[in-house]
Amino acid sequence: MTTKVKGPASKKGIGASLSRQEDDRYLNGRGKFVGDIKMQGMLELAFVRSPIAHGNITGVTTPETPKDRVFTAKSLCDVKSIKADSGLPGFRSSLQPILADEKVRHVGEPIVACLAESRARAEDLCELVTVEIDELPAVSDMRKARDKAAPLVHEHWEENVFLESCVETDFEAAKTDAASVVKRTFRTARQCMAPIEGRGVIALWDRHLEMLTIHSATQIPHIIRTGLAGCLGLDHGQVRIIAPDVGGGFGFKSQLLSEEVCAAWIAMHLDRPIRWLEDRREHLSGTANCREHYYEITGYAGTDGELLAVDCEAIVDAGAYSTYPFSACLESAQIASILPGPYRLKGYRCKTWSVSTNKPPLLPYRGVARTGVCFAIELLLDALARDLGITPEEIRRKNLVTPEAMPFVNITNKYFDSGDYPKALSKALEAIDINSIRKEKASQSGDKLTGVGLSIFCEQGAHGTSVYHGWGIPMVPGFEQAGARLTPDGGLELRVGVHSHGQGLETTLAQIAYDEIGVDPKKVKVVHGDTAYTPYSTGTWGSRCIVMAGGAVGAASAALGDRIKHIAAHLLQCGREDITLEDGMAHAGKSSVSIEEVAKTWYLKPQQLPDDVDPRGLEVTEGYKTVQDTGTFSYACHAVKVAVDIKSGNIELLDYVIVEDAGTMINPMIVDGQVVGGTVQGIGTALFEEMPFDYSGQPLASTLADYHLPVAGDIPPVRITHMETPSPLSRFGQKGIGESGAIGPPAAIANAVNDALSPLGVEVSEIPMTPERVLSVIKQSERKQVA
Amino acid sequence: MKAAAFDFSRASDINELTALKEGEKFVAGNQSLGPMMNLRLVRANRLVDIATLPALRKANEHSNHVEFGAAVTHAEIEDGETPDPANGWMKKAAANIAHRAVRNRGTIGGSLAHADPAADWVIVLTGLDAKVALIGPDGERKVNIEDFITGPYTTVLKENEFIASVEVPKRPTSACWGYWKFMRQVGEFAKASATVLIDQENGFYRCALGALEGPPLVLPRPLDIIEGDLGPKKAVEDALSVRKIASYDMHVAALERALEQAKEGLRL
Ligand SMILES: Cc1cc2nc3c(=O)[nH]c(=O)nc-3n(C[C@H](O)[C@H](O)[C@H](O)COP(=O)(O)OP(=O)(O)OC[C@H]3O[C@@H](n4cnc5c(N)ncnc54)[C@H](O)[C@@H]3O)c2cc1C
Repeated sequence: MTTKVKGPASKKGIGASLSRQEDDRYLNGRGKFVGDIKMQGMLELAFVRSPIAHGNITGVTTPETPKDRVFTAKSLCDVKSIKADSGLPGFRSSLQPILADEKVRHVGEPIVACLAESRARAEDLCELVTVEIDELPAVSDMRKARDKAAPLVHEHWEENVFLESCVETDFEAAKTDAASVVKRTFRTARQCMAPIEGRGVIALWDRHLEMLTIHSATQIPHIIRTGLAGCLGLDHGQVRIIAPDVGGGFGFKSQLLSEEVCAAWIAMHLDRPIRWLEDRREHLSGTANCREHYYEITGYAGTDGELLAVDCEAIVDAGAYSTYPFSACLESAQIASILPGPYRLKGYRCKTWSVSTNKPPLLPYRGVARTGVCFAIELLLDALARDLGITPEEIRRKNLVTPEAMPFVNITNKYFDSGDYPKALSKALEAIDINSIRKEKASQSGDKLTGVGLSIFCEQGAHGTSVYHGWGIPMVPGFEQAGARLTPDGGLELRVGVHSHGQGLETTLAQIAYDEIGVDPKKVKVVHGDTAYTPYSTGTWGSRCIVMAGGAVGAASAALGDRIKHIAAHLLQCGREDITLEDGMAHAGKSSVSIEEVAKTWYLKPQQLPDDVDPRGLEVTEGYKTVQDTGTFSYACHAVKVAVDIKSGNIELLDYVIVEDAGTMINPMIVDGQVVGGTVQGIGTALFEEMPFDYSGQPLASTLADYHLPVAGDIPPVRITHMETPSPLSRFGQKGIGESGAIGPPAAIANAVNDALSPLGVEVSEIPMTPERVLSVIKQSERKQVA
Repeated sequence: MKAAAFDFSRASDINELTALKEGEKFVAGNQSLGPMMNLRLVRANRLVDIATLPALRKANEHSNHVEFGAAVTHAEIEDGETPDPANGWMKKAAANIAHRAVRNRGTIGGSLAHADPAADWVIVLTGLDAKVALIGPDGERKVNIEDFITGPYTTVLKENEFIASVEVPKRPTSACWGYWKFMRQVGEFAKASATVLIDQENGFYRCALGALEGPPLVLPRPLDIIEGDLGPKKAVEDALSVRKIASYDMHVAALERALEQAKEGLRL
């Protein structure tokens, strides 16, 4: 069901580029993050972390004094390790200790917790602790993790593999007629997500009520509640999670932390508030990483460029532990299911291994596996096109799912709900002006080579139960609820279980409610991030909020609107069906009453209500489900023009174009913001960000001087063109768009670089494309010429 | 990532500096020292702040050179608040060090004392043939910049000796200059850098490479390089073979581009 959306005439509702209501708070320094919260008697927590990637702990010596300030695994009695199993057959289970006891499995793993009045003093205390570790050989290269001789990260496993999977459909038959067979290996670096705010937690135990209150920088408060209660042996009713203002998440804050459990346990046993604030060094060298994939992929195509089959073996370096709740299977399972991209494919085979190594755990980062998958399939397509002597746009046009075929079920059973993929491609080519770039290329000289590259992908968002229950992970998204309450002064409170940490939901949800009830968005308060006040939700991830929470707010607002109409009809002495709600008023023909008056009547003047009053009042909780839970499919085409300096290996981005279909845009300005923000992160993935490890599992970039994030000067103007094909599955036709920007850049930029380098006959195949990597690729060309 | 406890005091007299006790350290702009203290890679019982000492804050013009007090900041040079020895080249170099926030505090003396091989003043002042004036318990001495830096993060500074000033020779307006550093991002330390100085009037020529794993390298036969008799690739190759540096492609590119810039000036 797609509800009709009011036209652009509605300046505050769906479709309006309303300024973000939350920004006033943030820009004026009134944001309140975990780091801003101080409590009486609060102690700061610092950890002694493992300096070694793999080893047996043989001794821990802690100072005699001060008492009750130093905690080891032995002190933390009765706490359960973090476990996140997948129900997929063959999944190997890992236990992530709260504090390491017998063994350490990655650098940065917490071993001892120290408390003091300030963080600096807590770090002083850490220096008085000695930990003896018998170092074991480490697994640091995912490609060697499955070797017979490889040391075992989890000693009781037969091999360092969390999960192995294989998908095969008509592969052998489809590839037989191939005119072009191209094989490539691709590698994407391990990265650290870098929200401006790191992680942080304050744990407070109320011994009177026996209640634990946790302030945590998290995207998923309700899930953290379940996980934490499980580790600590508490009832859910004893745990309240508050996620205050959160400075960016990107997936980094969708994990139950051992630090969080540790702080909670100490708070309960010491009866004092305990705070841990992650610093950038802990973040970079010890907590969690993302993105590291390796692909061996073969494409089979006909003479005309028709994609016949794809064969792939992919490895994901999942690190030491399966994280709660997403587990170590999410990333590799996604690779197998989304590698075919937006294309029609006759045959397909994909084998994946999620391997365990002596590195911090891997978390899903904005785009999850899509960024790597898009890199692999889009570079493969360009390689096939080069082999067949056709252009990158020709091979894509030949294989993109067409609008006539929508809705389309692809080879891995993904249900593409709507859209015009070829049109997005054409518009992108036009916007980047492909013809003049090609002309320019034909006459270029000097050290700088120009290139143009494309990537096109679709993004499944807000997918639900049927997709996730199959993976059997600790969390399966179901339906979504929202609460709506009219306050006595005619304002509106919305309660949602998702969390907004940059997405602008305090604005977009208010816009949705405005279309249903007509309460000015300025008078709408979106309550989120507190398990005590909000309906249960799996939280903010998977580009799901605007579809699911937006749908639920729509449903709750409509139901509340109905109750308002009921009372208004009594006040105006007309039928309920005669009433329309608009701009704070209930109208019936020429007469009208303000919503504020309706609220006042209900709360303060109940004597004026009729006998047949609906006693449920002006407060509702309503639920929402999409038409089917296969997810909305937004899609985009990225096109980029680059210059490669073949002497220094530097890559300059000269122009960047995105054609994007988010379905109905609730707030186009916020969609643009999401797309640009994601694109900047994608540029980071493409050119800068890398967390290298040496053979012994030591992380080599422990400060931002070594871990390079994209900065303002690196980003060209990003020009966005919108298409707006409503999704038939969501309430307003909206599609999840939150991750999209981060998916396309590595593929588009690498294709552009390869286009630039094509006169030299060499290709890049690894990201980030650092000057060193680009120069070494150029060297191959020199070597080829010598030979 | 918080520094261990330390005391802090502000020096009020230059004589205090040659009498520091065990565990006491100078701090100027704190842009290099601060991060290392936070990482607990460096510790001090006390930091003695020299950034406001009038004797180190001056910049004076002399007949043949300009003398920059050690505590002159990058920003002051960038903003032209100091005399200019050489056609605005230092001003331009200063403007491209890190970000403005760092330049507001970072000092020319701190930069040299820290001796990061990739730092800007380290290579630029080598290219300009500067001298470093040091004051220590045994008195004052002047050292040529090539002799001042002895390795990565190491200098000839002795216990309780400090940099008082840097002397940069003046150049005629006819002189030409090229400075090219390769960095991918604004504010990043250079991956490779090179300077070229052509001062025909005084018959002084210099080509130097920076961002090596040690001190900058003044290349032999600068005139041959400038006149094209010795190609940049060969010049770099020969010079770096001494240092056993495997990959020098970026340094070749840096030298080529610094040469281009300097020669561009010649034609004008
Ligand atoms: C984010 C960032 C980016 C940067 N990027 C660059 C860059 O691109 N290029 C670049 O060149 N630099 C860069 N820097 C370094 C910056 O230029 C520093 O300011 C400079 O290296 C040190 O100067 P300082 O005055 O801050 O020294 P401090 O940090 O105060 O001191 C550094 C060391 O020198 C000693 N010292 C200071 N003054 C004296 C003196 N007069 N005599 C003897 N010893 C002394 C101190 O005891 C200490 O050991 C960057 C710094 C940061 C934080």
